[in-house]
Amino acid sequence: MQPATACASSGLTIPWLRRCSSLRVKCSTSQRAHCASTSTADTAEPIEPIEPIDPIETDPEPDPEPFKLKPLPYPFNALEPHMSKETVEYHWERHHRGHVDSLNAIIQGTEFAEMELENMVLTSYNEGNPLPFFVHASQVWNHDFFWETMKPGGGGNPSNVLKYLIERDFGSLDELAKEIQNAALTQFGSGWVWLAYKAHRLGVGNDINPRPSKKDKRLVVVKTPNAVSPLVWDYYPLLAIDVWEHAYYMDYENRRGDYVSVFLDKLISWDVVSDRLKNAMFRASKREKMEKREMLLDKMKEARLRVKAVDLRPTPKARPKMKRRQY
Amino acid sequence: MVLQLVMAPNWCGCGVASANSTKISTNAFKMSSNRFNFSKPYPGRAYRVTAYYSLTTPPYELDALEPYMSKRTVEIHWGKHHNEHVERLNKHLKTSAFYGHTLEEMVKATYNNGSPLVEFNDSSSVWSHDFFWESMQPNGGSMPKGGVLDQIEKDFGTFTNFKDEFTFAALSIFGPGWVWLYLKKNERKLAVAPTQNAISPLVWGDIPIIGLDMWEHAYYLDYKDDRSAYVNNFLDHLVSWHSVMVRMMRAEAFVNLGEPKIPVA
Repeated sequence: MQPATACASSGLTIPWLRRCSSLRVKCSTSQRAHCASTSTADTAEPIEPIEPIDPIETDPEPDPEPFKLKPLPYPFNALEPHMSKETVEYHWERHHRGHVDSLNAIIQGTEFAEMELENMVLTSYNEGNPLPFFVHASQVWNHDFFWETMKPGGGGNPSNVLKYLIERDFGSLDELAKEIQNAALTQFGSGWVWLAYKAHRLGVGNDINPRPSKKDKRLVVVKTPNAVSPLVWDYYPLLAIDVWEHAYYMDYENRRGDYVSVFLDKLISWDVVSDRLKNAMFRASKREKMEKREMLLDKMKEARLRVKAVDLRPTPKARPKMKRRQY
Repeated sequence: MVLQLVMAPNWCGCGVASANSTKISTNAFKMSSNRFNFSKPYPGRAYRVTAYYSLTTPPYELDALEPYMSKRTVEIHWGKHHNEHVERLNKHLKTSAFYGHTLEEMVKATYNNGSPLVEFNDSSSVWSHDFFWESMQPNGGSMPKGGVLDQIEKDFGTFTNFKDEFTFAALSIFGPGWVWLYLKKNERKLAVAPTQNAISPLVWGDIPIIGLDMWEHAYYLDYKDDRSAYVNNFLDHLVSWHSVMVRMMRAEAFVNLGEPKIPVA
């Protein structure tokens, strides 16, 4: 017969502990009360010790498709005649989907699979030393952004805040169009042309603005090579034009300038751009407030450390000491 | 005063004058009277000769590469893209210090060891495209013969191995680029390398033997995004082994490919 096992904390002998003698158990107060009242047995049969359950549950099967190809917000032929059905179909089905598949193949099962796409773009850019899947993640993001920038029956004029900022920073919509054209035509090879909202004082020297100013919080036109996007420079992109040749070759052959001007006149959705601007300004102001607050806290901390504590309170009046009471 | 850097004497007699409108001032140093005066090569004549690059024609008709490269592709690729590069290059040369360089010299010099100057893209594109048209011929492809085949087998193992390596390199390029078979001068062997944008093996001092344009404009109209079909068709039906042979012959003037024949006393 096994010796009675004692509870580690109370020292009471508890018969039921014999059943799981492999465990070192401390019984809780309630159990103490319970087992004190019952008087079972020494007649209890010893039961096999229970295998301890692994508290971490086994990982489920990794999702083979962490990222799904986002469907287009309009049918393939919706952008005719400015962007043909064939172009849209090939662009989305072959190029965009190709990047999604490549991305899934690389990140499946790794820690990156849980990340949001935007986070993944920033992480994989690795400050100029990109990880192998940066191009795929970035192209997926860029293409999603690009399809949403367009709409059937697009074009027209921007309104409200966007219009005000365009006029303040570029002079007029025509000037903006000229800057975008210039950026598109001088981008050698493949890449993207962006209108972005620059709200952080990061001077990468890539932004083009005919009215350069040291002030922040302005619209800029940037061009990026291959798969890079202005997210990596901490800008808030507002519109994107894909100037990879596959985006316009079947419709415009080598006439990139015509493609860009048709994009700005007939395809762009200024509503979406305005929404993005609103979002960008909100995020930028929130971030600015947080940064100011952090700076202030840092300053206070530094001040506390630097300054010796000097008690400037007036010396207390001399008072007779009170007698300590005895209890 | 800036002295023109590129005043190599032209021994064939035609005057090479400065493209800049600045005259060489004779104040800083006196040119002796029996020296050839480059700014006034033929005194008394009223003209100055300037020379620019022009668009070279492919050595075949524009539809000769059908069905592997359609006439429309060749027309646009050559007539618009290549032409545009030539025109932009000439525009740069009107004010550039590299006026008078040969195209190969200009590519190497403007690459500037990795920080390319503004003329690099256009000069390198012009050179590469000239090279590309000459790398192809109608009824090309199939197997090389003789010395070329021997050299390829020596450096790649088998001819199929070379084709696989070439295709793999071509498909590994992300974005626009070129894929080259080139002769390494120092190692005296052939190798395959992909490059980005407009870079060619000239910039690192080696001798290109075959160049294939992997920019999308070269294949998009015919193959859309099926790059492997494009490369396979190039290797099987378009590549001109005759040009390869001629280029290898020329390269042998710079690189000793054979074992040195040491005379035995």
